[in-house]
Amino acid sequence: MGYSLDFGWLAGAAGVIASGAAMTLLLIAVTTLAATFLSILGAAGKRSGPKPLRLAIGAYVEVMRNTPFLVQLFFIFFGLPTLGIRLDPILAAMLAMTLNMAAYTIEIVGAGLDAVPRGQTEAALALGLRPRQVFVKIVLPQALKVIYPALTSQIVIMMLESAVVSQIAVRELTYEADMLQARTFRAFETYFVVTMVYLGLSMGLRRLLIAGGRGALGAGVS
Amino acid sequence: MIEFTFWDILRNLLLAARWTVLLSLAAFIGGALVGLVVLFFRIAKTKWVKRIASGYIALFQGTPLLMQLFLMFFGLPMLGLRIEPWTAAALGLTFFASAYLAEIWRGGVDALPRGQWDAGASLGLHYLQELRLIILPQAFAITRAPTVGFLVQLIKSTALTSIIGFEELVRTSNAINNATFEPFKVYGLVALIFFVMCFPLTQYARRLEQRAGAR
Repeated sequence: MGYSLDFGWLAGAAGVIASGAAMTLLLIAVTTLAATFLSILGAAGKRSGPKPLRLAIGAYVEVMRNTPFLVQLFFIFFGLPTLGIRLDPILAAMLAMTLNMAAYTIEIVGAGLDAVPRGQTEAALALGLRPRQVFVKIVLPQALKVIYPALTSQIVIMMLESAVVSQIAVRELTYEADMLQARTFRAFETYFVVTMVYLGLSMGLRRLLIAGGRGALGAGVS
Repeated sequence: MIEFTFWDILRNLLLAARWTVLLSLAAFIGGALVGLVVLFFRIAKTKWVKRIASGYIALFQGTPLLMQLFLMFFGLPMLGLRIEPWTAAALGLTFFASAYLAEIWRGGVDALPRGQWDAGASLGLHYLQELRLIILPQAFAITRAPTVGFLVQLIKSTALTSIIGFEELVRTSNAINNATFEPFKVYGLVALIFFVMCFPLTQYARRLEQRAGAR
């Protein structure tokens, strides 16, 4: 076998890899914010909404959790235009990622809401707070603190899963890798380097989230 | 353009779904076997052996499966192996599954009280006998729910092998969609087929979890 590894192309490719990584981070940042917001509404609705809403949220969660993300992405990106809704690939990717992640985080946030003792709500109501204030100021902060580690894992998992959106030509890290290997003919080396970039991103993101959580939610977040 | 009736589409998708099922089974069985080896390393008493297993698990859990599949697909031919999409897909998913299964089972081993090991030792069992007769059966029993849960994740993950050219459900659906231009119908059916495969397993995992919680 005369194959030898060649990383000579790397110097000229650093910029492209960095811009791909930046797009991956942008995608996961937007997705995290949107999905967390959506799942707070979803988890609250699943607990105290009217029955049809509760059933609808339950069905949504089951459908999203039992079908592959790639199929959801294709369904949104190729399906919506037939309804006359044309989505930019980046928007389609953000939408698909948000809808997918929300299905997982609805359950996580829900578990956090269940973990807050009932007495907290009762005490807050007794102090004269309105129900919405009780939820936003008393229950939710405590719930988020409990679920923060699980949320962190889910964010990292979603970041790794976002590699799939290269398939609808979003110029993120995997897409740039595909383009690079087509140009350099060094497929293995290219994917190896990009895989290591992903590893660095996921470890860095986890660290960052844990440190950020400690700052924002107080000690005790691991 | 060829005309496809609804039944043509469904029949072709169901035929392709056989490969999804087969790949899931191959990866699960292969992943369980390799995962067992990783588990032995992970719970070994020697520090550097343990560290190798931790590194292996962190590597597979910290990188996208799509990248792992690409590395299999482009890397194995460099070792002189003739590689086809099926081999790359099955091997890639096997290693992916092994890391996750080893970590799940490690949780089960760690959850057992120390006394189980001590009791085994006091009965005169050596290390491997202890594992085989006392530790592993209990560890597998208490991790049955997450193991089934991971199987669901694995079935969904087979969709990614369409990208490296393995002709399973999603790749077939892309071809059909390119011919029929009915993405809602085609991808809707694909989602439905995946749902039919995964939902019963999800429910089974949930039941196992509740039973374990009640105990």
